[in-house]
Amino acid sequence: MTRQKYLFLLPGLLVLLAIILFPLLFTIRVSFSSWDVAQPGLDWAGGRNYALMMQDGRFWQSLLRLGFIAVAAVILQYVIGFGLALLVWRDVVLKRFIRVLFLIPMMTTPVIMSVIWRTIFHESLGPANDLVRLLGFAPMPWLSTGGMAVVSVIIVEVWQWTPFMFLLLLAGLLSLPREPFLAAAIDGAGPLRSFMNVTFPMMAPISIAALVIRLIESSKIMETVYVMTSGGPGTATETSSYYIYIRGLREFQIGYAASLSLTYLIIMIVCLTVIAKLLVRFMIPRG
Amino acid sequence: MRTLYLLFKYAAILLWSGFVVGPFLWALSTSFKTANGVMGGPTYIPWLQYQPSLEGWRVLVRTDGTGIDIVGPYLSSIVVTFSASAISLILGTLAAYGLSRFTYRWGFVKTSDITFFFISQRIMPPIVLAIPFFLMLRFLGLLDTIAGLILVYIALLLPIAVWVMVDFFNNVPKQIDEMAMIDGCTPIQTFLRVILPNSLPGLVVAGLFCIIFGWNDFFFAFTMTFTKTQLLPVAVVALNSSVTPWWSLSASALVSVVPLVIVAFLVERFLSRGNLAGAVR
Repeated sequence: MTRQKYLFLLPGLLVLLAIILFPLLFTIRVSFSSWDVAQPGLDWAGGRNYALMMQDGRFWQSLLRLGFIAVAAVILQYVIGFGLALLVWRDVVLKRFIRVLFLIPMMTTPVIMSVIWRTIFHESLGPANDLVRLLGFAPMPWLSTGGMAVVSVIIVEVWQWTPFMFLLLLAGLLSLPREPFLAAAIDGAGPLRSFMNVTFPMMAPISIAALVIRLIESSKIMETVYVMTSGGPGTATETSSYYIYIRGLREFQIGYAASLSLTYLIIMIVCLTVIAKLLVRFMIPRG
Repeated sequence: MRTLYLLFKYAAILLWSGFVVGPFLWALSTSFKTANGVMGGPTYIPWLQYQPSLEGWRVLVRTDGTGIDIVGPYLSSIVVTFSASAISLILGTLAAYGLSRFTYRWGFVKTSDITFFFISQRIMPPIVLAIPFFLMLRFLGLLDTIAGLILVYIALLLPIAVWVMVDFFNNVPKQIDEMAMIDGCTPIQTFLRVILPNSLPGLVVAGLFCIIFGWNDFFFAFTMTFTKTQLLPVAVVALNSSVTPWWSLSASALVSVVPLVIVAFLVERFLSRGNLAGAVR
């Protein structure tokens, strides 16, 4: 009878181990080889790939750039998502219609919407500059200068994923107990004080969960970049995933790309763990 | 003060709604344009600002080589997404029930470590897996096939199914299982007869998440296929070249994205019933 418990776990576990763990172990081995177009096969190159990597400024810059884009986008998503959730939490006309409307972007295929956004940001034929002109500003070089291209990528990320924050935070708000709000109202707390002292602390656990999930997903950003800018202009929007993609699956430097991707994975795990710990430290009140 | 707040509230809602809907309206308008309509600069209203045409929509179903023929990729996307989601949901639900109800131990590996192993797969950037997947599929002769893609997508979706279902089962009281066991059910009978029939809300949420992530993935569909097998996002992005036919691009984008908009309605329904609060944590 206790044997039966393995019938539940093992099928799924074995499948996942087969599909993920063995390829990962294989990647570790490949990262110590010089596998590329000229020499396709497993040889032993020692730590040469890793030594090359240390000198590869393009890789380290892509990590910093990824960090900036991900953190900026996630903070904007959180602030806007929380604001929207608070706005439609209680009574609002057409409540359900507005909620569905706000969820729609996260259901759409990111890469396909990025294609549409690319036409929107087109400098002379797209509506983005039309709107800018309507507001009385000069047309902007959305995708053709480095700084603006980063801004454009962040705008698309915010459009796509604010709904996810909205969904989680609204679900959190809807599950809060009523009593603390009544107590705050009896104490005469205004809306701002009751938000700071009641809503925000009670929402801290789900806020952390939402922020961490979004940071994890954002650490993989690449499709938006691939479609909208191809990493350009120059390397202005090149994220780590995209750079590794170029090295590995375009130039077929399999060995080198394997070492880059393992380093990238380890750095992401370390950074995300530290960020998660810090968030818990600062957002959950002690005592 | 109250009116001022209401004014601000609805202004903000209206502004964000515009931002959300804008790209869709733009795509809809563009899909009825011709080359002339696009080259005339940003225009929005058919008949008034440009002469509408159905060309962008017609090429989607034209199969004589001059069109784009989006029907094939569409069917492939449906087959891959639903097969991978179904397999992930079955394996994931079984594993999640086990992880939620029993204790496993191999050496220093405990139940919580196994749960973490499943869920932590979400951290894995697709690019890290892309190279070994590519070599693995080539070894198995599954590159550029539907079966290969399904295999890859299981790796993507199984962690999501386990994540949602472990949380769901943790919120189902254990007394229910114990009652069934006292009545003489084996664990498998308990699961099949008592737990599973009452797990529909969790299964729906997990299934929806799998379908969303499967349908929307581009990276693996792009790197693991070349010419024989093509999924929808790849077919659409293939149109995104230097001389982009904006009209058919917009039309195909709308056709690809609309099925999942229906999912938004389902998700909202679960949100208002309060099932999601537990499931997403």
